[in-house]
Amino acid sequence: MSVGSLTLSAASRRRLTRARLLNRIFTIALWSLGILAMLPLFFIAGFVLAKGASHLNFNLFTKTPAVPGAPGGGISQAFVGSGLIVGMSVIFSVILGLGAAIYISEFGSTRAASVIRFTGDVLLSTPSIVAGFLVWTLIIAHWFPYSALAGSIAISLLIWPIVARASEDILRLVPRELRDAGAALGAPKWKVVVRVVIPAASAGLANAVLLAVARGIGETAPVLLTILGSDYISVNPTHPSDTISLRIYNYARSPVSSLHDIAWAASLSLLIIVLLLSLTARYLGARTRKAMA
Amino acid sequence: MIRSTPAEVGAPLSRRKRARLGDFIASKATGIAALALVALLVAFLINFALGSREGLRVLGFRYLWTTGIIAKFSVQGAFPYIFGTLVTSAIALILGVPVAVGLALFVTEVCPRRIRAAVATLSDMLAAIPSVVYGMWGFFVLTPWMDATLEPWLHKVLGPIPGFGRLFQGNTFGSDILTAGVILSIMILPIVTSISREILSAVPRELRDGAYALGATRYEVIRGVTLPFSRAGIVGASMLGLGRALGETIAVIMVIGNNASVQASLFGKGYTIPSFIAGSFGESGTNGLDRSLLTLMALILVVISLGFAALARLFVRRINQRARIAFDTGSARSAWMSRSR
Repeated sequence: MSVGSLTLSAASRRRLTRARLLNRIFTIALWSLGILAMLPLFFIAGFVLAKGASHLNFNLFTKTPAVPGAPGGGISQAFVGSGLIVGMSVIFSVILGLGAAIYISEFGSTRAASVIRFTGDVLLSTPSIVAGFLVWTLIIAHWFPYSALAGSIAISLLIWPIVARASEDILRLVPRELRDAGAALGAPKWKVVVRVVIPAASAGLANAVLLAVARGIGETAPVLLTILGSDYISVNPTHPSDTISLRIYNYARSPVSSLHDIAWAASLSLLIIVLLLSLTARYLGARTRKAMA
Repeated sequence: MIRSTPAEVGAPLSRRKRARLGDFIASKATGIAALALVALLVAFLINFALGSREGLRVLGFRYLWTTGIIAKFSVQGAFPYIFGTLVTSAIALILGVPVAVGLALFVTEVCPRRIRAAVATLSDMLAAIPSVVYGMWGFFVLTPWMDATLEPWLHKVLGPIPGFGRLFQGNTFGSDILTAGVILSIMILPIVTSISREILSAVPRELRDGAYALGATRYEVIRGVTLPFSRAGIVGASMLGLGRALGETIAVIMVIGNNASVQASLFGKGYTIPSFIAGSFGESGTNGLDRSLLTLMALILVVISLGFAALARLFVRRINQRARIAFDTGSARSAWMSRSR
């Protein structure tokens, strides 16, 4: 047998066939692992879709809960609560996170920058129950009872590092020339940041915010410890509140099976919201990176 | 970063002063925000450390390795929580890391170029699923299936093996440590895959091309060049995945059975530290001792999770410095995934 213009000895021939066989087996193994790893996504999304779609109706979004077992109830207060709580968290974490990102990329020294960046990275892995617990021990156990505000503080603790790191990445991608042009025109640093750098990075910053919102809406543990849950619509941040995730969690554990149906429908809506936010965030992020490159 | 002073050289004094004042305020204000990030980390550690003092003073470290109820204070010992956390995380790593690295290899080496982006996006979308949805699926779909199909099969096939088989004995309920471990392994797939993908693509082209030029097959290149080069980075990725698994609360509560016991069998119900905290915080409101012990567990959880995360980032950073690329280009996305709920 020849390979190209070479003629091989018997031993080499055997080695070659064996190598090719191993390679083929390995390629098949990789394909299998690839497909295997994709399966859970399709399974989970598929099930949520199947079980949730049949119970998805307008009542879910417009009515508050009925007596368990009675038809016609919804979880509108959970949607309102989620919006309120995540909205407040976004405000807190954008102020603090963007502020930190601006400091690192515009004002700080490289030493301070790397320490803060590292801290932010580490805080990304904070277990969410711990954030809720911190708020519980500091606030609820002592001054302020269960409230939407406490819940949003807990969620802010979790999404703040996300906003900080993602914003900092984007700010760093803004070309030097833009900043230098601003400085050359006589603008002070802060004006360059506000009028030039941030507008240039705005799509990327929107990406950071969307990622944070996608995460905040899906959280259950921090709100479990801080908002108590509620059956009534309320926009008062000092009152107990409810979120979609908390509702799903409570209904899933209840013995009443009609509540399980509502939980599936709520899961479907939550999943759709989160996936839409994530995909939009990715799209914005990719577009920003391409624009800055 | 601009280091120059405001270039208002010829301007009237008042405008120069305003410019410098603006810069001063801006740098101090943002500096406070940046410091606050560090302060948050410190706040976690100090607050929890202070809160645990009472519990440690009364019960001592014995609390951590007691399995049953400590009679004098009628307090459940903490060892079952630690045990459950360790076992579920171990299962998650054993099942999840090979599949995740396999997927990463698939995407970087074997996957047809045209669908590569789609596969990567799908993999990242798995990270977006809220843990309560994982819990719903786990409780209503996976648990019955485990109970009816997989666990009896494991019991029949692996149970009789002496030694190792002890893991698979006993009655199956579906809601047990094994199911929790399986769900956790699915949840850590995205983070381990994403970082592994970056690590694998950081292998210098020259090394791989050289191996191909010597006549190596793809398998030989991966085994001989790519994987050895990426070993430390993959370890780092696994540590981040471990951090995720350690901190996961909601999905675990819904499938683990919530019973403070320590058993050899994977089919036993169990408890993890996060699910213990979530389950018991309400009752401990008034009782100072209970609250202090809860705080101790929270402290342990934070130290382990953040400690692993810090180690992991140092590992990965060192790898990328070696390969001379910046890790940070992808970190916003992959870092977003390294969260636990």
